[in-house]
Amino acid sequence: MSSTTITATSPATRHVQYDDDVVRLFVIATMFWGVVGMLVGVYIASQLVFPGLNLGLEWTSFGRLRPLHTSGVIFAFGGNALIGTSLYVVQRTCRARIPGTFAPEFLFWGYQLFIVMAALGYVMGVTQGREYAEPEWMTDLWLAIIWLTYGGIFIGTLLRRTEPHIYVANWFYLSMIATITVLHVVNNLAVPVAWNSARSYSLFAGVQDAMTQWWYGHNAVGFFLTAGFLGIMYYFLPKQADAPIWSYRLSIISFWSLVFMYMWAGPHHLHFTSLPDWVQTLGMAFTIMLWMPSWASTLNGFMTVSGRWDLLRTDPILRFMITAVLFYGVATFEGPLMGIRTVNGLSHYTDWTISHVHSGALGWNGFITFGAIYFMVPRLWGRGRMHSAAAIEWHYWLSLAGIMLYVTAMWGSGVLQGLMWRAYTELGFLRYSFVESVVASRPYYVIRMLGGLLYLSGFLVMVWNVVRTVQEAAPFAAAQPAPAPAE
Amino acid sequence: MAQGPSRRFAALHGRIERRAIVFVLAILGVCSVGGLVEIAPLFALDNVIEPVRGMRPYTPLELAGRSIYVREGCYTCHSQQIRPFRDEVERYGAYSLAAESAFDHPFQWGSKRTGPDLARIGNRYSDEWHARHLAAPRSLVPESIMPSYAFLATRLLNPAEYARHVATNRTVGVPYTPDQIAQAATDLVTQNDPDADGAAFAARYPNAAQRAFAGPGRPTEMTALVAYLQMLGTLVEFDWRAPDPALLR
Repeated sequence: MSSTTITATSPATRHVQYDDDVVRLFVIATMFWGVVGMLVGVYIASQLVFPGLNLGLEWTSFGRLRPLHTSGVIFAFGGNALIGTSLYVVQRTCRARIPGTFAPEFLFWGYQLFIVMAALGYVMGVTQGREYAEPEWMTDLWLAIIWLTYGGIFIGTLLRRTEPHIYVANWFYLSMIATITVLHVVNNLAVPVAWNSARSYSLFAGVQDAMTQWWYGHNAVGFFLTAGFLGIMYYFLPKQADAPIWSYRLSIISFWSLVFMYMWAGPHHLHFTSLPDWVQTLGMAFTIMLWMPSWASTLNGFMTVSGRWDLLRTDPILRFMITAVLFYGVATFEGPLMGIRTVNGLSHYTDWTISHVHSGALGWNGFITFGAIYFMVPRLWGRGRMHSAAAIEWHYWLSLAGIMLYVTAMWGSGVLQGLMWRAYTELGFLRYSFVESVVASRPYYVIRMLGGLLYLSGFLVMVWNVVRTVQEAAPFAAAQPAPAPAE
Repeated sequence: MAQGPSRRFAALHGRIERRAIVFVLAILGVCSVGGLVEIAPLFALDNVIEPVRGMRPYTPLELAGRSIYVREGCYTCHSQQIRPFRDEVERYGAYSLAAESAFDHPFQWGSKRTGPDLARIGNRYSDEWHARHLAAPRSLVPESIMPSYAFLATRLLNPAEYARHVATNRTVGVPYTPDQIAQAATDLVTQNDPDADGAAFAARYPNAAQRAFAGPGRPTEMTALVAYLQMLGTLVEFDWRAPDPALLR
């Protein structure tokens, strides 16, 4: 691993004092919400094995905690990681400080307030009932303000850059900021019951509402969990591998095909529903085309470490990142497959969907975030390296084992459910009642719970490692590294 | 492959990536196309929702039940959308029609069946079965992994509050009449009282059941949820026990 002080190679490099205070805050928040989000995940996974764990209380039922888990890991853990890394990356690749002194702090605390508002709402039953867009109208309005502040800070930094080009990682962050703004506003159009009421009714109904919601839902995946995290990959992977991104043109192809095509793919969440067939078919066609941005970025990631594969043996941080790219490739290969109507007929409504989501979330989003945080923490806190290299190894193998158990268990139960629901006796009657498929899924739910527990354990090892590294940190003033060249 | 166009494209991109604002506008333009093509026509085309007979807006009590259904996150485990498959039609009833969710703000089609589909759960079980099952699922289905919702039975409904929900639904486009809005609080109580004069209520909401859905007494959240579940999928006038095989894929 490289040392703390990176000497500028270009004589033209001006000394720019980056604002890393806010980045440090986002890193801490990422670790904190990661524990919360994953813990709730393990808890609700346990409820499916032991329903008594719902405790008979309204605040702890699966229905209320499931959005707490999904929002916790996507918007709290993932969101803090995305905003934090983007502010780290945009300053260094633009060689410019983020604008404002109050605005970054407002962004940080405002975003945490959004998370707390949403989370408390879920537990108390305040929800719009729209998947991945559960927060009610007042929380949505607050997030809109915060998100525009974020956009202002990010674009403001781009405008102040002293590098001629906008680096590729920033394209992906920028597309996330722009599209999430559009998606968030349109999908959350609603009329509150009263100004002092937490309840609202969405502006759209039925078919149109379903299409709008899955246009949003699919692209929350497309631009939050894919584009944003590709931004992380396009900066931190080449840094850790100490090599430039393999292909500039492949980056362009990957980027624009992602921005154009992802937005069309929402209808694959609505195959065989009351949505008109032509929309389903159009969505399916574009879903298959998503192999294009998928393979382009996967290839770009792999080829960047080409010729340095031996590093995977010695550098667990790079191994996290490359495994993340592998899971990105695998999950985005599986996705278009599941978006084909015939396959979807079997996979939809089953645990197969849960398997798919978690190979992406745990393998891709989780691992690339872990890699980026292991990269940033020693630099942000002025340490040469992480406190314990062995702990990173432990984290890696615990998490990987957890993912394997989780994903294969949910494949198993998903296919099992799909086949049991459509099974017939030789006389032409349905072979199984619904509840028989619930009983048959139980062993898989046990394995999934253990897989989640392993993944959480690995993350707790990381939290310990980060805390120890920060505790050993030198004072910030002495630790401020000189600006590094952009690429 | 010709190098010319490729090089020119790279040169063009080189110019775009030097201009932050142009870059943002380009992203907004390119990403908007899909949504415009797929969503906008759904508001304009006549054949998106084929007309059916029998659909009416929810009664105030059913709407309260639906609000509780949303609040408890029932959609995280139950879908309300039957696909046109042989097994689904046999298990759940006729496949779902667009008109059946035309008054649903928001839609609750769901994406996961940890429990069974509920699109046509109405009138399949007794009121008492539902109330007991919601309070203690494993007392009736030992293998069930559903949470207990016993607390619903202790929560009294505030009719005035749900009358405002009816008015808000009118604002977002559900065709409630001024009469239905004005009488919403009364109708909520009337629907749960088998002894009340229900003529006016029945005129406002054809085919709505009037009975004590979760035992006698003032309506609770349990009453509302059972009333909602018992009407799900029952409104459209067609014999869904014998679907036309030609319509099945």
